[in-house]
Amino acid sequence: MLSRRKFIQLCMSSALTLSLSDALTPVLRQAQAETRAEKPPVIWLELGSCTGNTISLDNAVNPSLRQFLDETIDLRYHWTFNAAQGEQAVAAMLETVARDAGKFWLVIEGSVMTADNGRYNEIFARNGEMITGLAALQEFAPQARYVIAVGDCACYGGPAAAHPNPGGAKGVWDVVTDKLIINIPGCPAHPDWMTGTFSHLALYGLPELDAYQRPKMFFGRTIHELCQRRQQFEDGIFAAFPGEDGCLYRVGCKGPVTHADCPLRQWNHYINWPVKAGTPCIGCASPHFPDGMMPFYNHLPDIQTPAVTVNIKKVGAAFAALGIGAVGTHLVAGICARRIHKHYLDGTKPSDPTPPETLEQVRQELDDLIRQQNALLSEAKQLERPQRKPRRRKSLLKRALSFWHTEDKDGKGK
Amino acid sequence: MTRKVIFPVTRVHEPLRVDVEIEGGRVVDAWVSSLLFRGFEPIMAGRDPRDASLFLQRICGICSTAHAIAAAMAQQEAFGVVPTPNGQLLTNLIFAADLIQNHLRHFYVLVLYDYVAGPAVPPFIPRPKGDFRLPPKTNDELSQHGVKGIEMAVRAHEMLAVFGAKAPHQQTIMASGVTEQATSERIMAYRAVLREIKHFVETVYLADVLTIAEYYKDYYDIGAGYGNLLSYGMFPQPATGRRAIGAGVVIGKNATENLDGGQITENIHYSWYRDAGETRHPGEGETQPDRDKAEAYSWIKAPRYRGLAFEGGPLARAWIDNDWRRGISVMDRIIARARETLKVCRLAEQWLAELAPGGPTLRPFEPPPQGAGVGLTDAMRGPLGHWFSYQEGKIRRYQIITPTTWNFSPRDASGKRGAAEEALIGTPVADPDSLIEVGRVVRSFDPCFTCAVHAYPAGRMR
Repeated sequence: MLSRRKFIQLCMSSALTLSLSDALTPVLRQAQAETRAEKPPVIWLELGSCTGNTISLDNAVNPSLRQFLDETIDLRYHWTFNAAQGEQAVAAMLETVARDAGKFWLVIEGSVMTADNGRYNEIFARNGEMITGLAALQEFAPQARYVIAVGDCACYGGPAAAHPNPGGAKGVWDVVTDKLIINIPGCPAHPDWMTGTFSHLALYGLPELDAYQRPKMFFGRTIHELCQRRQQFEDGIFAAFPGEDGCLYRVGCKGPVTHADCPLRQWNHYINWPVKAGTPCIGCASPHFPDGMMPFYNHLPDIQTPAVTVNIKKVGAAFAALGIGAVGTHLVAGICARRIHKHYLDGTKPSDPTPPETLEQVRQELDDLIRQQNALLSEAKQLERPQRKPRRRKSLLKRALSFWHTEDKDGKGK
Repeated sequence: MTRKVIFPVTRVHEPLRVDVEIEGGRVVDAWVSSLLFRGFEPIMAGRDPRDASLFLQRICGICSTAHAIAAAMAQQEAFGVVPTPNGQLLTNLIFAADLIQNHLRHFYVLVLYDYVAGPAVPPFIPRPKGDFRLPPKTNDELSQHGVKGIEMAVRAHEMLAVFGAKAPHQQTIMASGVTEQATSERIMAYRAVLREIKHFVETVYLADVLTIAEYYKDYYDIGAGYGNLLSYGMFPQPATGRRAIGAGVVIGKNATENLDGGQITENIHYSWYRDAGETRHPGEGETQPDRDKAEAYSWIKAPRYRGLAFEGGPLARAWIDNDWRRGISVMDRIIARARETLKVCRLAEQWLAELAPGGPTLRPFEPPPQGAGVGLTDAMRGPLGHWFSYQEGKIRRYQIITPTTWNFSPRDASGKRGAAEEALIGTPVADPDSLIEVGRVVRSFDPCFTCAVHAYPAGRMR
């Protein structure tokens, strides 16, 4: 059988030509033959969801959904696939809960609707009584071996929990607090993230999770770090509108604060992914999606202050000139992420700091860095020219801004 | 008279409860309830109008592209932009791929096991009790096709990702086009997959549908309903804006009339909402959720056109375009869906040929500070409308009427049943504990209840 380390390398590999499940299926089959891996009974409940994660999982399944069901999991209840309906389907599910207590996996898709005591979402009837999604989760979760939340809604609330959250939508971990929830975010979750995590659970037990309880093998690095357009960011080539060449940072890409391996893995059998298709990342795998990521087409920390109109072409040059600021933040993030990855492969524990997750954090770090930079610069200047009389000091930022002001929009100078 | 409940109705998208009253082996009355409320419309208030398309497609994971396109159409009107010819063609191609995917999945994942006994592993067992009439050899063959059908649906999503970046929830459609480029190698990639799918639809999907129709002939007479059909049309052509699949209204199987948006109203007598007035044009009034309302039984409002309940979907579109007018029934819906899949494959081939490789697919735009727009398009399962207005760069009101609210609406104040409720009347029931026949009628509509999105405000419909 594959060692755990090899397995993780396989999951993180970009060299796969077919789907991850293709690569994993033989491993699982062998492991099951050696009775090292279980074929767990799975109950999949859809709460306040859009069914997108089910469709996404269905997309993974190459060569077939049936092979996945034959060889990886024993899907006892999922209302999109159950042949039985109504009472018969519910009876089969309740039988699994009773008979396989402590063994079955509970997969939750969609956010938990908590408004009006959960009555905004009812999911089955038992002896004529309507059972809410909230009640079912609270009843089944303690009896499950693992509770796995798939999709941003189930993990962190997702789009349904966006302000003003009319249905009281919450993530599973906000509701089930006394049990470890394995979060596989994304809108929808990438099929490989689901099959990879399920396989890890079956073969080796719990994968290593980060602070947001996401498997690190898929969510250890930022989109920005892995991005094919990263070099254009470094070179200061920025797109002025989605669809153009260049880094999409200025038109709203949330890649720098989103942890996922989309650029490596790509979507729908490695065909494409948003930034490659010219559209900014909207941070759908982030715990702060969507409120922390909207407006989608506005860039991260808003440096376009009312005082100055920033020419799109100058941003990269300015960042390069500053040598710090946003780039520095991203570097810090990148270094942290890379360190996590290294630790992960070596099996050691990474130490904090964790990379920034929210716009607030990025803005804060950016501010701090600029402040430190300015302090250092002014200190250096004082040391260099101590004999001169003190001048009105201009911050580096102001200098940079005035530099932009002096030129017209085409960047050609007066 | 016995009253029976199916909850949940499986193999549909999201929670559906069906109550039926049975007398003399037939359904004499029916109620359908949607049991999920998320409230996407109030969530939109105060947001950037450019975000509507990407955010609102997350209402539904199976027909996400339809929501993105309806929102983009509303944006086009509000922002005063039109897509470039290439942009419109790519939008159509993305939508076509999603529609093909939806129809294949509907038949091979959701409907097939109503008529075919699946393999003896969960989730295909326990199997509902009922008349599985196919001879064993044919049964096994169709069950095998189930595997292949899903594979083809996966391929259709790959085709979508060629121009749409990812699926579900594509990310490239904007008001003025598509961010992906129409490079020749991408066109080739799409065409290669399309050819494969078209071959499958012609040789397998249509044949499977006709095989089932052959053994279940009585379903040509089950599930008729009112015979009121509604379509907003879909796939606008570049420049002309003429829709490749036309809009129209058919009342009681009579001649096709032109659509008049002003005739649409919504009633909340049997829905879990409170409002000062019960019947309104979409977008008027303030509605608040109230799960304890007496007599109400669904989160869906009752949309009506000229006071009548309508059904939408592939059969309605085929009827209006004069492609299929054999009748209205469970089997007609399934056959019309398969025929539409082939039709859309052919349209997609045509659009691929019309694309100008390397031509602009998007036009940069800046939204004006205020505006309002309406986006009407058919989704996979029926008419979908988005209405919105914004001021000072923030959305003020947003209103959506989804296809499933038409098909699965509850009764209105006058007690008139919704389209699916009416279609259930007269359904024969062999075993009141299994109700497999009721499931067959319900699934022929391709219901999707992620769309119970209603709550309060919205701009006045224009």
